[in-house]
Amino acid sequence: MSSLQSTDLSIRISNKNVCDKLNLDIQPGQVWGILGRNGVGKTTLLHTLAGLRNADSGSILLDQKNINELNRKQIAKKLGLLLQQSEESFPSSVIDTVLTGRHPHIGNWSWESKDDLAIAKNALEIVDMTDMAERSIEHLSGGEKQRVAIASLIAQSPDIYLLDEPNSHLDLKHQLQLLQYFSEHASQKNSATIMTLHDINLAQQYCTHLILLFGEGSVCIGETNKLLNETSLSELYQYPLHKTITKHGTVFIPQKPDL
Amino acid sequence: MLRPAPLIVSLLMLSIASFIIAFSVGSYSLTFEQVWSTLSSNQQNIQHTIIWELRAPRAYAAFITGGLLALAGALMQVLLRNPLADPYILGVSGGASAAALFAMSLGLSTAWLSGSAFIGALISILLVFGLSHGKGSWNPTRLLLTGVVIAAGWGALINFILSSSPDKPLRSMLFWLMGDLSHSEPSYLSLIILIAALLITFIIARQLNILARGELQASTLGISVEPLRISLFLLASLLTAFAVVQAGSIGFIGLIVPHMLRLISGSDHRLLLPASVLLGGSLLLISDTLARTLIAPQQLPVGVITAFIGVPFFLYLLNKNFSKSAAL
Repeated sequence: MSSLQSTDLSIRISNKNVCDKLNLDIQPGQVWGILGRNGVGKTTLLHTLAGLRNADSGSILLDQKNINELNRKQIAKKLGLLLQQSEESFPSSVIDTVLTGRHPHIGNWSWESKDDLAIAKNALEIVDMTDMAERSIEHLSGGEKQRVAIASLIAQSPDIYLLDEPNSHLDLKHQLQLLQYFSEHASQKNSATIMTLHDINLAQQYCTHLILLFGEGSVCIGETNKLLNETSLSELYQYPLHKTITKHGTVFIPQKPDL
Repeated sequence: MLRPAPLIVSLLMLSIASFIIAFSVGSYSLTFEQVWSTLSSNQQNIQHTIIWELRAPRAYAAFITGGLLALAGALMQVLLRNPLADPYILGVSGGASAAALFAMSLGLSTAWLSGSAFIGALISILLVFGLSHGKGSWNPTRLLLTGVVIAAGWGALINFILSSSPDKPLRSMLFWLMGDLSHSEPSYLSLIILIAALLITFIIARQLNILARGELQASTLGISVEPLRISLFLLASLLTAFAVVQAGSIGFIGLIVPHMLRLISGSDHRLLLPASVLLGGSLLLISDTLARTLIAPQQLPVGVITAFIGVPFFLYLLNKNFSKSAAL
């Protein structure tokens, strides 16, 4: 089981500060949510944590080793990233696309084994796509494409899952089903998940920890129940929110705009 | 999932058939039995001479060139992540052609042609590589634009040489530009390059499947994208250079063959790349056989035939594929 840490991590996009001397300690079993407005650097932070982008200063440690000293294949065995957009340039079937997730585990001279195929099929089952295995990905809907991308990540079976807007294009049932899957996977299999989200109530329900990106390098990290309140969220989204207690739990509702 | 055997076996049979046809047709026709008995015995007779000294070298050159072009095309399409990419898109053939025409305009003998074409191709490869690799990132768009502009530059140079040269060498220059196998010398080097490239691509084929899903996706799945791209560029360019040196710029094979196979059997490069070599080789060999027999004794440029065969067949496959997907 792997851990992911950052020490004194500073990230800038051109002149904009995403975070300044950020110290993160992400341990197995935890589910982290990254919240913030558009363009505040959520994806950039996620890509930096995945080692796809160099930090401006500070370092990222994957299992106590600096991520810059590991090669991509070593990283891919421990850490997987769901991208916000998938780009497919050539036709491919759903099952072949999911099987690409097995790449880091297969030797240069080997082909996918029966085990790899079983893992890929299982991943398709988790995202409810079993009966579409032979379909061409070109003809899928946006939500189905997103589920194929998630299945490919599940087939990769890393210890740390970085998810960039996992809920985009998904219907409500699949949103909850997949967040439930990652949350259970974290507590039962000791994986860790870090995801960007736009739904505060889902974040409240599924995240153990949060990273709030306020912009200008101002960041708050901590346990979800300590960070989520009307003041912090209203400042985060620069829009007033109200906390309401219902018999199904606590929810945050945006204030009705004056019309 | 992959079932490679049937496709490869049928393409191997197509390759053998195209060789036998190439051996049998021509101004002196041989029946298939005569071809077979000549190939299986070692009798010194007229048929032996026709096959082994006239038709085999040319058939060999055609097959290898077709294989080189189709493989280079398939690699370029992944490298640039662009289905319109062909082996010539980054200016390799432009550099080779400009140098070869320059050698022709100086009146150098054909022996010099290959050498100068190869040097021209190398200059073009290094130029594109250097310019698109300068400072900053090495992305497909920058590479594509640099290559296309360099190719346009070579095109202007070629037109300059053509328009300023006397009438006498002009016809052979035009033939060379259109792609012509009648003067090509069979070279073992091309065969070695083709086999070596196939072996290399077989090791990286699964990485290519993933690179086709995008640079970021490939990185997250454990691929070092930059070294892979550089090797792809150099490999595809070298294959193109050898093909151009052998036979000038023959169009359509490198663009159409990989697409035909994608439509037939999907985009797994472990199957696509060897299949491209076999289909590209067969297609060019059949085209060349037609080119030298259709209006014999006159010869047509083989590039004309590849387009005549390739265009309708490709459109048929494309159409079939789209109506199939519409029915889903």
